[in-house]
Amino acid sequence: MSLYEKTIHELSHMLKAKEVSSVEITESVLERIDAVEDKVGGYVTVSKESALEMAKAVDALIASGESLSDIAGIPVAVKDNICTKGIATTCSSKMLENFVPPYDAFVSNKLKENGGVIIGKTNMDEFAMGASTETSYFHLTKNPYDLTKVPGGSSGGSAAVVAADEAIFSLGSDTGGSIRQPASFCSVVGLKPTYGLVSRFGLVAFASSLDQIGPMTKDVTDCAIVMNAIAGHDKMDSTSANITLPDYKSALVDDVKGMKIGIPREYMGEGIAPDVKAIILNAAKKYEEMGAIVEEFSLPMTDYALSAYYIISSAEASSNLARFDGIKYGYRTKEFEDLTDIYAKSRTEGFGSEVKRRIMLGTYALSSGYYDAYYKKAQQVRTLVKQSFNDAFAKYDMILSPAYPNTAFEIGGKITDAVQMYLGDICTVSVNIAGLPGIVVPAGFDSNNMPVGVQLIGKAFDEMTLIRGAYAFEKNTDFHTIRPSL
Amino acid sequence: MKVSAEQIKHVAELARLKLTDEEIESLGMEAVIEFANKLSELDAEQIAPTNHVSDIYNVFREDEIVPSYDRDDILKNAPAKARGCVLVPKVVE
Repeated sequence: MSLYEKTIHELSHMLKAKEVSSVEITESVLERIDAVEDKVGGYVTVSKESALEMAKAVDALIASGESLSDIAGIPVAVKDNICTKGIATTCSSKMLENFVPPYDAFVSNKLKENGGVIIGKTNMDEFAMGASTETSYFHLTKNPYDLTKVPGGSSGGSAAVVAADEAIFSLGSDTGGSIRQPASFCSVVGLKPTYGLVSRFGLVAFASSLDQIGPMTKDVTDCAIVMNAIAGHDKMDSTSANITLPDYKSALVDDVKGMKIGIPREYMGEGIAPDVKAIILNAAKKYEEMGAIVEEFSLPMTDYALSAYYIISSAEASSNLARFDGIKYGYRTKEFEDLTDIYAKSRTEGFGSEVKRRIMLGTYALSSGYYDAYYKKAQQVRTLVKQSFNDAFAKYDMILSPAYPNTAFEIGGKITDAVQMYLGDICTVSVNIAGLPGIVVPAGFDSNNMPVGVQLIGKAFDEMTLIRGAYAFEKNTDFHTIRPSL
Repeated sequence: MKVSAEQIKHVAELARLKLTDEEIESLGMEAVIEFANKLSELDAEQIAPTNHVSDIYNVFREDEIVPSYDRDDILKNAPAKARGCVLVPKVVE
């Protein structure tokens, strides 16, 4: 087994036992990138030199006998909307093609503090708006399980590079499913933490009340390890939760006896592909065999949640993206008459179609005379969605569902119809609207051998139950061991 | 609520986007707004809106002097600059 195929916990063990160096691990991953990146296209930037420097620094610490974090010396890929000092952070947009942040995001800093080796920045849908990574200004990312299919999105690059062993783990961001859906499409573990658990400082804002950064890993143990490294209070993010953090590794317990799990009927309805439904019901059966109590229930407001999500996220995006005006940073148009002309031309030339569509929807929903019908109404739906989850969690410890109604679709298959693309987000957006944590773990393959993940949703700040539930499932199945052949 | 071509042009202006008729057509805003109109089916008159899921409160801190970013570092990303400033066209006549 090559080094690049291993998990964080396997490599960390080897590093601490001095069986391998971080430079060797990093070189192995860089060689893997050289070998398969042409096919996968998961990266926007590979930061080879700075990665090797970081690896050398960690090796020096190991030699001096310093005690190290579990991610020390481990190559990590970071989604390209998370600021990395000195490494371009483009949001896969022409607007930020040449933007090199003068500072680190909270999570980038946390990775570095813990000795993580940042190996590159991953491709994404432009400004995280999309579900297939096809709206990237730069290039397509392919699904490592079938190169004619999308990896999902918007964190498609972060999912694909982990699945293709081009990184040991990655960070993604999730506004309406952008970690969980690509995790399902690429058979990796993806966690969207509770809103406020991971600081958003340095994450280029899409929808500030919904965005969260989270880990994408090869297994659940690695997920817990990364959460230990990136969670925590940050005074630079006023929505950052100031709570006592558990050791997420202590949730790695293979026991779900007596746990109560609900399956929302609305997430298993007619739009769900039969293969996906069968795999999710199989996962439910597995939990019953492991001693959990599983039953169906009704989670009202699911349909309305989808429209409410698109109104809230687009409204916040239209406001957040107002900063891209061609003045202080980002793309500036070449020819202009006056200041207003710079704004409009820079934005028109710098943004792609999907970003424009969201800005338009958001501006419309916030504009005079329409605010009550759209934005306020969406916020009222938000109250109802939150209430429906509160009711569910009075009865259940976890909710179990698909992350997406289908497996990965063909490249070019959906991108021409925006509304069709939006409708796919039915199983994920409510979690963001209510600020809850959701994890996706590999749960099987459809008749075309494309991966399906099962989503577990938990109470706010109850990542421990999700990690425990996901770990027990992984221990009793072997889907996570089936890797793509590239 | 059906949206007119004129309204869409007005919204584009508010958003500082210059969209041609073809671009407006290809964005399919009518269908997108129709999708958002799903909410009009729901009676939520008596429901209080939630702006934010977590309990939001003012976060205060001591006003401490700490080093800020270096001017030259910040200006590296500016598309046009002169004498330590961002360069823009004349605004005041």
